[in-house]
Amino acid sequence: MAEPDYAIEVEGLTKRFDDKVVVDHFGLRVRRGQIYGFLGPNGSGKTTTIRMLCGLLTPDEGRGTCLGFDIRRESARIKREVGYMTQRFSLYEDLSIAENLEFVARIYGIARRRERVDAALERLGLARRRRQLAGTLSGGWKQRLALAACLLHEPRLLLLDEPTAGVDPGARREFWAHLHELAHEGMTVLVSTHYMDEAERCHALAYIAYGKLLASGSAEEVVAGAHLATWAIEGEVAALATAAAALKGAPGADMVVPFGSRLHVSGTDAGALAASVTRVAAAAGLRAAPIEPGLEDVFIHLMRRTPEPVTVAHQAGG
Amino acid sequence: MFSWSRFAAILVKEFVQVRRDRLTFAMMIGVPVMQLVLFGYAINMDPKGLPMAVVSADASPFTRSLVRGLEASGYFRVVAQPATQAEAEALVAEGDVQFVLHLPADFSRRLARGERPVALLEADATDPAATGNAIAAVQAVNQSGLDRDLSGPLASLRQGPPAFELRVHRRYNPEGITAYNIVPGLMGVVLTMTMVMMTSIAMTRERERGTMENLLATPVRPFEVMAGKIVPYILIGYVQVVVILVAAKLLFRVPMVGSLALLSAILVLFIAANLAVGFTFSTLARNQMQAMQMTFFFFLPSMLLSGFMFPFRGMPGWAQAVGEVLPLTHFLRIVRGILLKGNSWDAVALEVGALAAFLVAAGTVALARYRETLD
Ligand SMILES: Nc1ncnc2c1ncn2[C@@H]1O[C@H](COP(=O)(O)OP(=O)(O)O)[C@@H](O)[C@H]1O
Ligand SMILES: [Mg+2]
Repeated sequence: MAEPDYAIEVEGLTKRFDDKVVVDHFGLRVRRGQIYGFLGPNGSGKTTTIRMLCGLLTPDEGRGTCLGFDIRRESARIKREVGYMTQRFSLYEDLSIAENLEFVARIYGIARRRERVDAALERLGLARRRRQLAGTLSGGWKQRLALAACLLHEPRLLLLDEPTAGVDPGARREFWAHLHELAHEGMTVLVSTHYMDEAERCHALAYIAYGKLLASGSAEEVVAGAHLATWAIEGEVAALATAAAALKGAPGADMVVPFGSRLHVSGTDAGALAASVTRVAAAAGLRAAPIEPGLEDVFIHLMRRTPEPVTVAHQAGG
Repeated sequence: MFSWSRFAAILVKEFVQVRRDRLTFAMMIGVPVMQLVLFGYAINMDPKGLPMAVVSADASPFTRSLVRGLEASGYFRVVAQPATQAEAEALVAEGDVQFVLHLPADFSRRLARGERPVALLEADATDPAATGNAIAAVQAVNQSGLDRDLSGPLASLRQGPPAFELRVHRRYNPEGITAYNIVPGLMGVVLTMTMVMMTSIAMTRERERGTMENLLATPVRPFEVMAGKIVPYILIGYVQVVVILVAAKLLFRVPMVGSLALLSAILVLFIAANLAVGFTFSTLARNQMQAMQMTFFFFLPSMLLSGFMFPFRGMPGWAQAVGEVLPLTHFLRIVRGILLKGNSWDAVALEVGALAAFLVAAGTVALARYRETLD
């Protein structure tokens, strides 16, 4: 069978939970060998989308393929070829590291099980801890174990759901180095994250809010596509606070976001923004200069621009 | 220092949580209602209308009158008139009748001659509680059974000692030792409790800990999950059986006249049936607490309506109907039949069929309820 160009190709994916639309006509194309970042605020539908991709949830609408297999009809095939790392640690905490890996190896019917498990332990630096119970591992080690487990059956596509949440920067860096190695060997990776530095390490990105795909493409394309102008204002902290207050609601200044000792002011109307920023900065005695908007500016802008969908309120217990 | 506000915080939270956990709420109402109904209406310590077979080699007004006398006591109900001893034997073994009345060929003749003939009443005394009162009632029949028929020249027989002797023969458990009945039954009760509980938690635990999501993302099939989770508990069940059998033998000296091999084979079926129930619960329960509650909800009628604690035949029809659905009911008949009566395959085949039907039904529900997705 000829390999399709796209490891993931879906369109119109829609999922509702009790009338609440959680994923709304979502479409995505991920090229083979790409590391594809999946971003969006909490509750925007990332996990739900990933679950539909690997057959854990049935879409209410839409169609698509994963590795060329239909996500509705061929989920059994997809499960065999995909490595899915859940958002919450989902291996057995009362089994040791080695026992967890052996369990996974048996489930996938992996040949030469011992060897493969030993090799996986070695590669991830888990060999010395093989007898340790998974439940007693720290976040970073749990994440390594989970990755080892979903790589064991040599999948062609990795679906990673916030794999680095709560992991220290050093371990995150190692993790991403590893992902790039894998991608280099031909693995496709879809990874959801909240970290901007991780987003920038992806070949391409998709941004989702309220279940809707708002932007996709390379980081540069996403930034360019937002048509956003951003100014940075620097100076004395107290004066920055005054300026921030003054800019709220000023013409052109759609967003005012403090970044440490700087203020990022962005808007889609570049002319009006420039006028407002220079006026306020001059009044407060602050320096202002136009800058390239960052991904974070763009994402916040995208989310603000999208109205929260009106749904029938579901009261707890109601 | 006691703080009313902190106390109220806990109090309000508990109320909210209880109200939200619908199943717990339903159980708090459901369990007392169920207990009231079962104890109040279903259970009868004085079972009447017990099925009896009459093997009569002598059809005469006297014998008919004797049978009528037994029926008039309310404890006996003639359901079969087998022609041969062997047929009667099979009826007792399979539990279709509780009593067999044997009337010898020369009963009326010897009665007329004043020779005090003997009629034999065989009782299936595996459960002393079921037959105790009926046997006591026999004595009254002994005294007055034929008084009305003894007229004319036989009227003199009315005076003096009874005109015939109704001899009771308690089979299987002649001394009426309750332990003989309880201990084998306990095997079924223990298995029901532990097997249902273990498996009902097995799946809910996966869901509660989040490991279910990982499991579902693998190519594993529902039947593989079910079988893989059930088999270890079958082995645990066997360990329990061995413990109970050894205790029954050494501590309670329970007779074991039947084939232990046959019992072992049937045990697989019974254990699997309970495990399938547990598996079904675990697909319904949202957490381990709910799984435990469902287990209890199944266990209670199993204890009370199966004939373990109270004589099955003492229960009203609807309770017997519920009892017939429960695997424990059939298993009790099988295990008591094999251990105490020495029943062979033929005598237990029907009950085994009932167990098998239950297993198929429960297994089908369990597999149908098993979701391969998180929907
Ligand atoms: N099984 C479910 N039943 C009802 N609502 C759900 C379920 N799973 C997720 N949701 C809701 O769907 C929305 C999207 O959730 P999710 O996909 O987990 O978002 P994300 O991963 O982007 O944080 C949230 O509002 C969440 O509450
Ligand atoms: Mg999520």
